[in-house]
Amino acid sequence: MQVVRTVKYEEELDAGFTNQVASEPGGDAIWNCLQCGTCSAICPVSIYMDKTPRRIIGLIRGGFRDEVLGSLSIWICTSCYACTVECPQQIRITDIMYIAKRMAMKESQYQRFVVPAVEEAFVKMVRKNGRLTESRMGIKVVRKSGLRSGVAMFPIAWRLMRKHRMSLLHVERMQDPASLRAVLDALEPRHAPTAPAAAPSRAAGA
Amino acid sequence: MTGYLYYPGCSLKGSGAPYEKSLLAVFSALGQELKEIPDWNCCGATAYLSVDQDMAVAMAARNLAIAEKLDGQDVVAPCSGCYLSLAKAKATLAEYPDVRARVTAALGKASLPYEGRVAVRHPLEVLLTDVGPEVLKKRVTRPLKNLRVAPYYGCAILRPYPGVPSPQAPHSLEDLCRVVGATPVDYPNKARCCGGMLTAGVQSVGLRLVEILLCEAKAADVDAVVTTCPLCQYNLEVYQERICKAKGKDVRLPILYFTQLLGMAFGLDDHALGMDQLLRVPLVAPCAGVKA
Ligand code: SF4
Ligand code: SF4
Repeated sequence: MQVVRTVKYEEELDAGFTNQVASEPGGDAIWNCLQCGTCSAICPVSIYMDKTPRRIIGLIRGGFRDEVLGSLSIWICTSCYACTVECPQQIRITDIMYIAKRMAMKESQYQRFVVPAVEEAFVKMVRKNGRLTESRMGIKVVRKSGLRSGVAMFPIAWRLMRKHRMSLLHVERMQDPASLRAVLDALEPRHAPTAPAAAPSRAAGA
Repeated sequence: MTGYLYYPGCSLKGSGAPYEKSLLAVFSALGQELKEIPDWNCCGATAYLSVDQDMAVAMAARNLAIAEKLDGQDVVAPCSGCYLSLAKAKATLAEYPDVRARVTAALGKASLPYEGRVAVRHPLEVLLTDVGPEVLKKRVTRPLKNLRVAPYYGCAILRPYPGVPSPQAPHSLEDLCRVVGATPVDYPNKARCCGGMLTAGVQSVGLRLVEILLCEAKAADVDAVVTTCPLCQYNLEVYQERICKAKGKDVRLPILYFTQLLGMAFGLDDHALGMDQLLRVPLVAPCAGVKA
Protein backbone atom coordinates (compact mmCIF):
# COMPACT_ATOMS: atom_id res chain seq x y z
CA MET A 1 0.00 0.00 0.00
CA GLN A 2 1.32 3.36 -0.98
CA VAL A 3 1.08 6.05 1.67
CA VAL A 4 0.66 9.61 0.40
CA ARG A 5 0.92 12.89 2.18
CA THR A 6 -2.49 14.60 2.11
CA VAL A 7 -1.46 17.95 3.53
CA LYS A 8 0.54 20.44 1.48
CA TYR A 9 3.74 22.08 2.63
CA GLU A 10 3.66 25.83 2.59
CA GLU A 11 6.31 25.94 -0.10
CA GLU A 12 3.97 24.07 -2.42
CA LEU A 13 1.33 26.77 -2.27
CA ASP A 14 1.04 29.67 -4.66
CA ALA A 15 1.48 32.76 -2.53
CA GLY A 16 0.67 35.08 -5.43
CA PHE A 17 -2.72 33.50 -6.05
CA THR A 18 -4.57 35.41 -3.33
CA ASN A 19 -3.24 38.76 -4.53
CA GLN A 20 -4.15 37.89 -8.07
CA VAL A 21 -7.75 37.21 -7.06
CA ALA A 22 -7.90 40.21 -4.74
CA SER A 23 -6.71 42.54 -7.51
CA GLU A 24 -9.61 41.66 -9.82
CA PRO A 25 -12.84 43.67 -9.64
CA GLY A 26 -14.98 42.19 -6.88
CA GLY A 27 -12.11 40.31 -5.25
CA ASP A 28 -10.84 43.10 -3.03
CA ALA A 29 -12.61 42.25 0.24
CA ILE A 30 -11.42 38.64 0.37
CA TRP A 31 -8.96 39.35 3.20
CA ASN A 32 -11.86 40.19 5.52
CA CYS A 33 -13.37 36.69 5.50
CA LEU A 34 -14.19 35.39 8.98
CA GLN A 35 -14.80 31.83 7.78
CA CYS A 36 -18.23 32.13 9.39
CA GLY A 37 -19.88 29.83 6.82
CA THR A 38 -22.89 32.04 6.12
CA CYS A 39 -22.18 31.73 2.39
CA SER A 40 -22.16 27.94 2.50
CA ALA A 41 -25.35 27.88 4.56
CA ILE A 42 -27.34 30.11 2.22
CA CYS A 43 -25.96 28.64 -1.02
CA PRO A 44 -28.68 26.56 -2.70
CA VAL A 45 -26.13 24.22 -4.28
CA SER A 46 -23.36 23.98 -1.67
CA ILE A 47 -24.51 20.42 -0.83
CA TYR A 48 -23.52 19.41 -4.36
CA MET A 49 -20.15 21.14 -4.35
CA ASP A 50 -16.85 19.37 -3.85
CA LYS A 51 -15.76 22.42 -1.83
CA THR A 52 -18.29 24.73 -0.21
CA PRO A 53 -18.13 28.50 -0.89
CA ARG A 54 -16.55 29.10 2.55
CA ARG A 55 -13.84 26.57 1.74
CA ILE A 56 -13.25 28.10 -1.69
CA ILE A 57 -12.67 31.49 -0.06
CA GLY A 58 -10.42 29.90 2.57
CA LEU A 59 -8.43 27.99 -0.03
CA ILE A 60 -7.92 31.11 -2.14
CA ARG A 61 -6.62 32.94 0.91
CA GLY A 62 -4.27 30.08 1.61
CA GLY A 63 -2.88 30.05 -1.92
CA PHE A 64 -4.32 26.67 -2.92
CA ARG A 65 -4.46 27.54 -6.58
CA ASP A 66 -4.90 24.13 -8.17
CA GLU A 67 -7.48 23.00 -5.62
CA VAL A 68 -9.63 26.05 -6.39
CA LEU A 69 -9.22 26.22 -10.15
CA GLY A 70 -9.70 22.50 -10.55
CA SER A 71 -12.81 22.30 -8.38
CA LEU A 72 -16.27 21.55 -9.64
CA SER A 73 -17.72 24.08 -7.18
CA ILE A 74 -16.94 27.08 -9.34
CA TRP A 75 -18.92 25.54 -12.19
CA ILE A 76 -21.83 24.48 -10.00
CA CYS A 77 -22.25 28.04 -8.72
CA THR A 78 -25.36 29.43 -10.43
CA SER A 79 -24.43 33.09 -9.79
CA CYS A 80 -27.51 33.52 -7.61
CA TYR A 81 -25.76 36.13 -5.41
CA ALA A 82 -27.45 34.82 -2.24
CA CYS A 83 -24.03 34.52 -0.59
CA THR A 84 -22.95 37.98 -1.71
CA VAL A 85 -25.89 39.78 -0.15
CA GLU A 86 -25.70 37.78 3.10
CA CYS A 87 -21.94 37.86 3.75
CA PRO A 88 -21.36 39.86 6.97
CA GLN A 89 -18.01 41.06 5.58
CA GLN A 90 -19.34 42.31 2.23
CA ILE A 91 -17.24 39.83 0.34
CA ARG A 92 -18.51 39.44 -3.21
CA ILE A 93 -18.30 35.68 -3.26
CA THR A 94 -20.16 35.40 -6.57
CA ASP A 95 -17.66 37.72 -8.24
CA ILE A 96 -14.82 35.69 -6.74
CA MET A 97 -16.37 32.55 -8.24
CA TYR A 98 -16.35 34.35 -11.60
CA ILE A 99 -12.70 35.34 -11.14
CA ALA A 100 -11.84 31.70 -10.44
CA LYS A 101 -13.86 30.60 -13.48
CA ARG A 102 -11.97 33.00 -15.72
CA MET A 103 -8.60 31.88 -14.38
CA ALA A 104 -9.57 28.22 -14.80
CA MET A 105 -10.73 28.92 -18.37
CA LYS A 106 -7.51 30.69 -19.14
CA GLU A 107 -5.45 27.80 -17.87
CA SER A 108 -7.79 25.21 -19.38
CA GLN A 109 -8.22 23.59 -15.97
CA TYR A 110 -11.71 22.44 -16.75
CA GLN A 111 -11.80 19.72 -19.38
CA ARG A 112 -13.86 17.30 -17.34
CA PHE A 113 -16.84 19.60 -16.85
CA VAL A 114 -19.74 20.34 -19.18
CA VAL A 115 -20.54 23.87 -17.97
CA PRO A 116 -17.37 25.68 -19.09
CA ALA A 117 -17.44 23.94 -22.46
CA VAL A 118 -21.01 25.14 -22.93
CA GLU A 119 -20.04 28.65 -21.87
CA GLU A 120 -17.26 28.75 -24.44
CA ALA A 121 -19.74 27.66 -27.10
CA PHE A 122 -22.13 30.40 -25.97
CA VAL A 123 -19.42 33.05 -26.29
CA LYS A 124 -18.48 31.80 -29.74
CA MET A 125 -22.06 31.95 -30.99
CA VAL A 126 -22.69 35.40 -29.58
CA ARG A 127 -19.46 36.69 -31.08
CA LYS A 128 -20.57 35.44 -34.46
CA ASN A 129 -24.24 36.45 -34.51
CA GLY A 130 -24.37 39.10 -31.81
CA ARG A 131 -27.24 37.20 -30.23
CA LEU A 132 -28.07 33.75 -28.94
CA THR A 133 -30.26 31.21 -30.70
CA GLU A 134 -31.61 29.01 -27.92
CA SER A 135 -32.30 25.97 -30.10
CA ARG A 136 -28.75 25.94 -31.49
CA MET A 137 -27.36 26.37 -28.00
CA GLY A 138 -29.55 23.48 -26.84
CA ILE A 139 -28.09 21.26 -29.52
CA LYS A 140 -24.58 22.19 -28.38
CA VAL A 141 -25.43 21.40 -24.76
CA VAL A 142 -26.79 18.02 -25.78
CA ARG A 143 -23.68 17.27 -27.81
CA LYS A 144 -21.47 18.04 -24.83
CA SER A 145 -23.53 16.13 -22.30
CA GLY A 146 -24.26 12.98 -24.22
CA LEU A 147 -26.93 11.07 -26.08
CA ARG A 148 -29.09 10.30 -23.06
CA SER A 149 -29.70 13.95 -22.31
CA GLY A 150 -30.58 14.47 -25.97
CA VAL A 151 -33.23 11.79 -25.84
CA ALA A 152 -34.62 13.31 -22.64
CA MET A 153 -34.74 16.80 -24.18
CA PHE A 154 -36.55 15.69 -27.32
CA PRO A 155 -40.14 15.80 -25.96
CA ILE A 156 -39.50 19.22 -24.44
CA ALA A 157 -38.10 20.61 -27.67
CA TRP A 158 -41.01 19.15 -29.60
CA ARG A 159 -43.59 20.76 -27.33
CA LEU A 160 -41.84 24.13 -27.50
CA MET A 161 -41.63 23.96 -31.28
CA ARG A 162 -45.34 23.28 -31.51
CA LYS A 163 -45.94 26.36 -29.37
CA HIS A 164 -43.69 28.44 -31.65
CA ARG A 165 -41.26 29.04 -28.83
CA MET A 166 -38.43 27.20 -30.48
CA SER A 167 -37.39 26.76 -34.08
CA LEU A 168 -34.61 24.80 -35.68
CA LEU A 169 -34.59 27.06 -38.72
CA HIS A 170 -34.64 30.53 -37.26
CA VAL A 171 -31.29 32.03 -36.28
CA GLU A 172 -31.50 35.06 -34.01
CA ARG A 173 -28.89 37.55 -35.15
CA MET A 174 -28.10 41.26 -35.29
CA GLN A 175 -28.48 43.12 -38.56
CA ASP A 176 -24.81 43.98 -38.29
CA PRO A 177 -22.90 41.62 -35.97
CA ALA A 178 -19.64 43.14 -37.20
CA SER A 179 -20.46 46.31 -35.28
CA LEU A 180 -20.34 44.28 -32.05
CA ARG A 181 -17.19 42.44 -33.05
CA ALA A 182 -15.51 45.79 -33.67
CA VAL A 183 -16.00 46.63 -29.99
CA LEU A 184 -14.86 43.22 -28.76
CA ASP A 185 -11.81 43.17 -31.02
CA ALA A 186 -10.70 46.51 -29.62
CA LEU A 187 -10.19 44.81 -26.26
CA GLU A 188 -7.22 42.76 -25.24
CA PRO A 189 -8.57 39.22 -24.81
CA ARG A 190 -8.64 37.77 -21.31
CA HIS A 191 -7.08 40.76 -19.69
CA ALA A 192 -4.52 39.48 -17.19
CA PRO A 193 -4.78 40.38 -13.50
CA THR A 194 -2.47 43.25 -12.67
CA ALA A 195 -1.16 42.11 -9.28
CA PRO A 196 2.48 41.22 -9.12
CA ALA A 197 2.45 37.49 -8.72
CA ALA A 198 4.81 36.42 -5.98
CA ALA A 199 7.51 34.09 -7.16
CA PRO A 200 5.82 30.73 -7.51
CA SER A 201 7.64 28.27 -5.36
CA ARG A 202 5.87 25.06 -6.06
CA ALA A 203 8.22 22.23 -5.48
CA ALA A 204 7.52 18.92 -7.02
CA GLY A 205 6.40 16.28 -4.62
CA ALA A 206 3.31 15.44 -2.63
CA MET B 1 -38.87 62.69 -23.73
CA THR B 2 -41.55 60.16 -23.05
CA GLY B 3 -41.68 56.42 -23.12
CA TYR B 4 -38.97 53.88 -22.53
CA LEU B 5 -36.28 52.14 -24.49
CA TYR B 6 -36.87 48.43 -24.68
CA TYR B 7 -34.07 45.88 -24.42
CA PRO B 8 -35.67 42.50 -25.28
CA GLY B 9 -32.69 40.17 -25.00
CA CYS B 10 -32.40 36.84 -26.77
CA SER B 11 -34.88 34.81 -24.68
CA LEU B 12 -37.84 37.06 -25.40
CA LYS B 13 -37.23 36.48 -29.10
CA GLY B 14 -37.31 32.72 -28.53
CA SER B 15 -38.76 30.60 -25.74
CA GLY B 16 -39.83 33.74 -23.88
CA ALA B 17 -42.10 34.89 -26.72
CA PRO B 18 -45.21 34.95 -24.47
CA TYR B 19 -43.38 37.37 -22.20
CA GLU B 20 -42.62 39.78 -25.05
CA LYS B 21 -46.18 39.58 -26.36
CA SER B 22 -47.80 40.20 -22.99
CA LEU B 23 -45.32 42.93 -22.05
CA LEU B 24 -45.94 44.88 -25.25
CA ALA B 25 -49.71 44.34 -24.96
CA VAL B 26 -49.84 45.59 -21.38
CA PHE B 27 -47.65 48.63 -22.00
CA SER B 28 -49.65 49.58 -25.05
CA ALA B 29 -52.94 49.14 -23.15
CA LEU B 30 -51.57 51.62 -20.63
CA GLY B 31 -50.45 54.04 -23.34
CA GLN B 32 -46.79 53.62 -22.43
CA GLU B 33 -44.36 53.58 -25.32
CA LEU B 34 -41.67 50.91 -25.52
CA LYS B 35 -39.15 51.52 -28.29
CA GLU B 36 -36.82 48.63 -29.11
CA ILE B 37 -33.14 49.56 -29.01
CA PRO B 38 -31.92 49.38 -32.61
CA ASP B 39 -29.64 46.46 -33.39
CA TRP B 40 -29.13 45.52 -29.74
CA ASN B 41 -26.76 42.68 -28.94
CA CYS B 42 -26.81 39.85 -26.38
CA CYS B 43 -26.24 41.14 -22.82
CA GLY B 44 -23.45 38.60 -22.33
CA ALA B 45 -25.39 36.64 -19.70
CA THR B 46 -23.46 34.68 -17.11
CA ALA B 47 -21.41 32.88 -19.75
CA TYR B 48 -19.39 35.82 -21.00
CA LEU B 49 -18.45 36.82 -17.46
CA SER B 50 -16.94 33.39 -16.97
CA VAL B 51 -14.71 33.87 -19.98
CA ASP B 52 -13.65 37.50 -20.19
CA GLN B 53 -14.69 40.33 -17.93
CA ASP B 54 -13.83 43.30 -20.14
CA MET B 55 -15.73 41.78 -23.04
CA ALA B 56 -18.68 40.88 -20.84
CA VAL B 57 -18.93 44.47 -19.62
CA ALA B 58 -18.45 45.84 -23.14
CA MET B 59 -21.24 43.64 -24.51
CA ALA B 60 -23.76 44.98 -22.02
CA ALA B 61 -22.43 48.55 -22.20
CA ARG B 62 -22.73 48.71 -25.99
CA ASN B 63 -26.51 48.54 -25.59
CA LEU B 64 -26.46 51.26 -22.95
CA ALA B 65 -24.26 53.45 -25.17
CA ILE B 66 -26.77 53.13 -28.02
CA ALA B 67 -29.52 54.11 -25.59
CA GLU B 68 -27.53 57.18 -24.56
CA LYS B 69 -27.06 58.13 -28.17
CA LEU B 70 -30.82 58.03 -28.70
CA ASP B 71 -32.78 60.09 -26.22
CA GLY B 72 -31.31 58.62 -23.10
CA GLN B 73 -34.66 57.42 -21.78
CA ASP B 74 -34.70 54.66 -19.20
CA VAL B 75 -33.89 51.20 -20.50
CA VAL B 76 -36.49 48.58 -19.65
CA ALA B 77 -35.08 45.05 -19.49
CA PRO B 78 -37.81 42.44 -18.87
CA CYS B 79 -35.48 39.44 -18.66
CA SER B 80 -34.11 39.43 -15.12
CA GLY B 81 -30.83 38.02 -16.41
CA CYS B 82 -30.45 40.85 -18.92
CA TYR B 83 -31.48 43.34 -16.26
CA LEU B 84 -28.66 42.08 -14.05
CA SER B 85 -26.05 42.05 -16.84
CA LEU B 86 -26.86 45.62 -17.80
CA ALA B 87 -27.01 46.85 -14.19
CA LYS B 88 -23.81 45.03 -13.31
CA ALA B 89 -21.94 46.46 -16.29
CA LYS B 90 -23.07 49.95 -15.35
CA ALA B 91 -22.00 49.45 -11.73
CA THR B 92 -18.65 47.92 -12.70
CA LEU B 93 -17.88 50.81 -15.05
CA ALA B 94 -18.73 53.30 -12.31
CA GLU B 95 -16.69 51.53 -9.64
CA TYR B 96 -13.55 50.36 -11.44
CA PRO B 97 -11.71 53.09 -13.40
CA ASP B 98 -9.35 50.68 -15.15
CA VAL B 99 -12.20 48.57 -16.53
CA ARG B 100 -13.96 51.77 -17.53
CA ALA B 101 -10.88 53.07 -19.35
CA ARG B 102 -10.47 49.91 -21.39
CA VAL B 103 -14.16 49.43 -22.17
CA THR B 104 -14.94 53.05 -23.05
CA ALA B 105 -11.89 53.12 -25.33
CA ALA B 106 -13.22 50.07 -27.18
CA LEU B 107 -16.71 51.55 -27.43
CA GLY B 108 -15.21 54.84 -28.55
CA LYS B 109 -13.61 53.11 -31.52
CA ALA B 110 -17.11 52.15 -32.62
CA SER B 111 -18.26 55.77 -32.15
CA LEU B 112 -20.29 54.82 -29.12
CA PRO B 113 -19.25 57.13 -26.30
CA TYR B 114 -20.37 55.83 -22.91
CA GLU B 115 -21.09 58.10 -19.97
CA GLY B 116 -23.34 55.97 -17.82
CA ARG B 117 -26.35 58.28 -18.10
CA VAL B 118 -29.20 55.87 -18.72
CA ALA B 119 -31.06 54.06 -15.97
CA VAL B 120 -31.62 50.31 -16.22
CA ARG B 121 -35.02 49.18 -14.95
CA HIS B 122 -37.23 46.12 -14.73
CA PRO B 123 -40.79 46.51 -16.09
CA LEU B 124 -42.34 45.24 -12.83
CA GLU B 125 -40.86 48.22 -11.02
CA VAL B 126 -41.76 50.59 -13.87
CA LEU B 127 -45.40 49.51 -13.76
CA LEU B 128 -45.66 49.80 -9.99
CA THR B 129 -43.71 53.04 -9.64
CA ASP B 130 -44.22 55.13 -12.79
CA VAL B 131 -47.71 53.97 -13.68
CA GLY B 132 -48.73 53.14 -10.12
CA PRO B 133 -51.14 50.69 -8.50
CA GLU B 134 -54.06 53.10 -8.65
CA VAL B 135 -53.90 53.56 -12.41
CA LEU B 136 -53.36 49.84 -12.91
CA LYS B 137 -56.36 49.05 -10.73
CA LYS B 138 -58.57 51.38 -12.76
CA ARG B 139 -57.67 49.51 -15.92
CA VAL B 140 -58.71 46.13 -14.45
CA THR B 141 -61.93 44.91 -16.07
CA ARG B 142 -61.72 41.20 -15.18
CA PRO B 143 -60.58 40.87 -11.57
CA LEU B 144 -58.88 37.52 -11.10
CA LYS B 145 -60.96 36.56 -8.09
CA ASN B 146 -60.32 33.10 -6.66
CA LEU B 147 -56.92 32.86 -8.34
CA ARG B 148 -54.28 31.76 -5.84
CA VAL B 149 -50.82 32.73 -6.98
CA ALA B 150 -47.29 31.92 -5.80
CA PRO B 151 -45.16 35.04 -6.35
CA TYR B 152 -41.74 33.91 -7.55
CA TYR B 153 -38.90 36.42 -7.97
CA GLY B 154 -35.82 34.28 -8.47
CA CYS B 155 -32.43 35.92 -8.10
CA ALA B 156 -31.36 38.39 -10.72
CA ILE B 157 -34.13 40.96 -10.25
CA LEU B 158 -33.29 41.13 -6.53
CA ARG B 159 -29.57 40.56 -6.10
CA PRO B 160 -27.17 42.23 -5.91
CA TYR B 161 -28.70 45.25 -7.70
CA PRO B 162 -32.33 45.23 -6.56
CA GLY B 163 -34.60 46.14 -9.46
CA VAL B 164 -37.54 45.98 -7.08
CA PRO B 165 -37.43 46.46 -3.31
CA SER B 166 -35.93 44.61 -1.48
CA PRO B 167 -33.51 41.66 -1.69
CA GLN B 168 -34.55 40.14 1.65
CA ALA B 169 -38.26 40.92 1.63
CA PRO B 170 -39.58 41.61 -1.87
CA HIS B 171 -43.27 42.45 -2.17
CA SER B 172 -43.83 43.87 -5.68
CA LEU B 173 -45.40 40.72 -7.10
CA GLU B 174 -47.70 40.48 -4.08
CA ASP B 175 -48.68 44.11 -4.66
CA LEU B 176 -49.40 43.33 -8.30
CA CYS B 177 -51.49 40.28 -7.37
CA ARG B 178 -53.62 42.45 -5.11
CA VAL B 179 -54.03 45.01 -7.91
CA VAL B 180 -55.55 42.35 -10.16
CA GLY B 181 -57.68 40.85 -7.39
CA ALA B 182 -55.73 37.60 -7.09
CA THR B 183 -54.55 36.12 -3.80
CA PRO B 184 -50.77 35.93 -3.32
CA VAL B 185 -49.85 33.04 -1.04
CA ASP B 186 -46.95 32.96 1.37
CA TYR B 187 -44.13 31.46 -0.69
CA PRO B 188 -40.99 31.34 1.49
CA ASN B 189 -38.68 30.25 -1.34
CA LYS B 190 -39.75 33.11 -3.57
CA ALA B 191 -36.20 34.46 -3.86
CA ARG B 192 -34.47 31.10 -4.13
CA CYS B 193 -32.57 30.20 -7.28
CA CYS B 194 -34.43 28.29 -10.06
CA GLY B 195 -31.23 26.58 -11.09
CA GLY B 196 -30.40 29.04 -13.85
CA MET B 197 -28.24 27.44 -16.50
CA LEU B 198 -27.59 24.40 -14.28
CA THR B 199 -30.73 22.76 -15.66
CA ALA B 200 -28.69 22.50 -18.86
CA GLY B 201 -25.17 22.13 -17.47
CA VAL B 202 -25.58 19.88 -14.43
CA GLN B 203 -29.10 18.65 -14.86
CA SER B 204 -29.41 16.50 -11.73
CA VAL B 205 -28.72 19.53 -9.55
CA GLY B 206 -30.71 22.00 -11.64
CA LEU B 207 -33.82 19.84 -11.69
CA ARG B 208 -33.66 19.32 -7.93
CA LEU B 209 -33.86 23.10 -7.43
CA VAL B 210 -36.85 23.25 -9.77
CA GLU B 211 -38.51 20.37 -7.93
CA ILE B 212 -38.17 22.13 -4.57
CA LEU B 213 -39.85 25.27 -5.91
CA LEU B 214 -42.67 23.40 -7.63
CA CYS B 215 -43.38 21.17 -4.62
CA GLU B 216 -43.63 24.15 -2.35
CA ALA B 217 -46.03 25.90 -4.70
CA LYS B 218 -48.10 22.72 -4.95
CA ALA B 219 -48.21 22.43 -1.18
CA ALA B 220 -49.53 25.98 -1.00
CA ASP B 221 -52.35 24.87 -3.28
CA VAL B 222 -51.90 27.58 -5.88
CA ASP B 223 -53.47 27.89 -9.31
CA ALA B 224 -50.31 29.31 -10.84
CA VAL B 225 -46.80 30.54 -10.16
CA VAL B 226 -46.07 34.01 -11.46
CA THR B 227 -42.55 34.91 -12.63
CA THR B 228 -40.52 37.91 -13.75
CA CYS B 229 -37.88 36.15 -15.83
CA PRO B 230 -37.88 33.98 -18.96
CA LEU B 231 -35.27 31.58 -17.58
CA CYS B 232 -37.22 31.05 -14.34
CA GLN B 233 -40.40 30.54 -16.35
CA TYR B 234 -38.69 28.06 -18.66
CA ASN B 235 -37.05 26.07 -15.88
CA LEU B 236 -40.23 25.86 -13.81
CA GLU B 237 -42.43 25.01 -16.78
CA VAL B 238 -40.70 22.65 -19.16
CA TYR B 239 -39.27 20.07 -16.74
CA GLN B 240 -42.54 19.36 -14.91
CA GLU B 241 -43.38 16.13 -16.74
CA ARG B 242 -39.90 14.79 -16.26
CA ILE B 243 -39.90 15.53 -12.52
CA CYS B 244 -43.35 13.91 -12.22
CA LYS B 245 -42.05 10.78 -13.84
CA ALA B 246 -38.73 10.61 -12.01
CA LYS B 247 -40.05 11.45 -8.56
CA GLY B 248 -43.54 10.04 -8.76
CA LYS B 249 -45.14 13.24 -7.52
CA ASP B 250 -47.46 15.63 -9.25
CA VAL B 251 -45.73 18.97 -9.75
CA ARG B 252 -47.77 20.15 -12.73
CA LEU B 253 -48.64 23.82 -12.45
CA PRO B 254 -49.19 26.74 -14.82
CA ILE B 255 -46.23 29.15 -14.78
CA LEU B 256 -47.22 32.65 -15.85
CA TYR B 257 -45.41 35.90 -16.51
CA PHE B 258 -46.55 38.78 -14.33
CA THR B 259 -47.41 40.67 -17.51
CA GLN B 260 -49.82 37.88 -18.48
CA LEU B 261 -51.50 38.10 -15.09
CA LEU B 262 -51.94 41.84 -15.56
CA GLY B 263 -53.10 41.46 -19.17
CA MET B 264 -55.68 38.86 -18.18
CA ALA B 265 -57.10 41.26 -15.60
CA PHE B 266 -57.11 44.03 -18.21
CA GLY B 267 -59.35 41.78 -20.29
CA LEU B 268 -56.82 41.50 -23.09
CA ASP B 269 -57.10 38.72 -25.61
CA ASP B 270 -55.44 35.39 -24.68
CA HIS B 271 -53.63 35.25 -27.99
CA ALA B 272 -52.28 38.78 -27.60
CA LEU B 273 -50.87 37.71 -24.22
CA GLY B 274 -49.26 34.56 -25.57
CA MET B 275 -51.40 32.41 -23.24
CA ASP B 276 -51.77 29.88 -26.05
CA GLN B 277 -48.00 29.48 -26.13
CA LEU B 278 -47.73 28.29 -22.53
CA LEU B 279 -47.51 24.58 -21.94
CA ARG B 280 -50.15 24.85 -19.24
CA VAL B 281 -52.71 27.55 -18.47
CA PRO B 282 -54.53 28.18 -15.19
CA LEU B 283 -57.62 26.04 -14.77
CA VAL B 284 -59.50 28.75 -12.93
CA ALA B 285 -60.93 30.55 -15.91
CA PRO B 286 -59.67 34.12 -15.82
CA CYS B 287 -62.80 35.12 -17.70
CA ALA B 288 -65.00 34.34 -14.70
CA GLY B 289 -66.01 37.93 -15.17
CA VAL B 290 -67.00 38.52 -11.57
CA LYS B 291 -66.85 42.22 -10.96
CA ALA B 292 -65.01 43.21 -7.81
S1 SF4 C 1 -20.07 34.61 4.51
FE1 SF4 C 1 -18.37 35.99 4.04
S2 SF4 C 1 -17.17 36.10 5.93
FE2 SF4 C 1 -18.53 34.31 6.12
S3 SF4 C 1 -17.28 32.57 5.36
FE3 SF4 C 1 -18.47 33.34 3.62
S4 SF4 C 1 -17.08 34.81 2.64
FE4 SF4 C 1 -16.27 34.46 4.69
S1 SF4 D 1 -23.70 32.78 -6.03
FE1 SF4 D 1 -22.87 30.71 -6.24
S2 SF4 D 1 -21.73 30.35 -4.35
FE2 SF4 D 1 -23.06 32.09 -3.98
S3 SF4 D 1 -24.89 31.23 -3.05
FE3 SF4 D 1 -25.28 31.36 -5.25
S4 SF4 D 1 -24.66 29.38 -6.11
FE4 SF4 D 1 -23.78 29.53 -4.03
